[in-house]
Amino acid sequence: MTSGQKKGTFSILVIGIFLGIILWGGFNWALAITNTEEFCISCHEMRDNPYEDLQDTIHFTNRTGIRATCPDCHVPKEWVHKIIRKIQASKELYHHFIVKDLDTPEKYEAKKLQLAQNVWRTMKKTDSRECRNCHHFDSMDFERQESRSADRHEEAIEKGYTCIDCHKGIAHTLPEGYDPGDDAPGGEDEG
Amino acid sequence: MKKIIHISLAAFGLLLITSNTVIAKEDIASLRGTEDLSGASLKATKKKIISQEGGFERSYKQQPPMVPHKVEKYKITLKNNGCMKCHSKKNHKKEKAPMVGESHFLSRDGKKLQKLSSRRYFCNQCHAPQIDANPLVKNEFDGLK
Repeated sequence: MTSGQKKGTFSILVIGIFLGIILWGGFNWALAITNTEEFCISCHEMRDNPYEDLQDTIHFTNRTGIRATCPDCHVPKEWVHKIIRKIQASKELYHHFIVKDLDTPEKYEAKKLQLAQNVWRTMKKTDSRECRNCHHFDSMDFERQESRSADRHEEAIEKGYTCIDCHKGIAHTLPEGYDPGDDAPGGEDEG
Repeated sequence: MKKIIHISLAAFGLLLITSNTVIAKEDIASLRGTEDLSGASLKATKKKIISQEGGFERSYKQQPPMVPHKVEKYKITLKNNGCMKCHSKKNHKKEKAPMVGESHFLSRDGKKLQKLSSRRYFCNQCHAPQIDANPLVKNEFDGLK
């Protein structure tokens, strides 16, 4: 290897590292921006409907002053799952820009059951992964819970229920067409 | 002369009224306490809803049972009724909750309905959660048991 070749390899390496930092950093930066509540509610569909809906619930205001924002519940934290979710989000862009089937509160209301069921299905499939970013059975002190809650949580651990089996409609109001009285907790009827 | 009688009668009446109100003021304690009328009323103390295992006893027959637990998390909207999560026909056994009474499934003509009658839909119109507060006025009501 001549000294000229050596110099060439070296400069390619330096440029590569530099470009790598810029591109990778930029990618992560862009990803982080799309992962903020501000970004989510920059679309009026989100701002006027689910965000409005969230504000009445305990995930928005509560005794201890902790707030869950949209991505806390709707975007996975682990990198691979996060990227998959981000790619799936292109469908949301498609509906926003091209189909436009959620652009009025009436249209949103009409589709709300279907949208909710999509989220419930995903939560069920992932064993309520996003809930468990904050809520762990391991960190729950059953002694401090109401007896009913403690009993049901113990049962849930035993039988392998997942959060969303019982806790539907806790961060958004329930959609029309869903009857809480018909949905036996745990997903099965033992009554 | 007539005029004088009129005036003195009026004065007498006025005296009676004012003396009466003075008496009333001394004898009857207001719920407001000694707070001056023109001032702001005392801030209400915050009371929490009480949970009582086994429920509250009824004061009289056919009294709508009072709610022995917190209710903030359960919403009743036109679209769905959060109370039904536990008190519905389907879920009540599993949740160990009392079922909605059969009377709640009757139309006003006494016809049996599949769904909760709309007359009975808004649970908290009759079933009230309770807070741990002493009654403001003593009540000696004793219902038929």
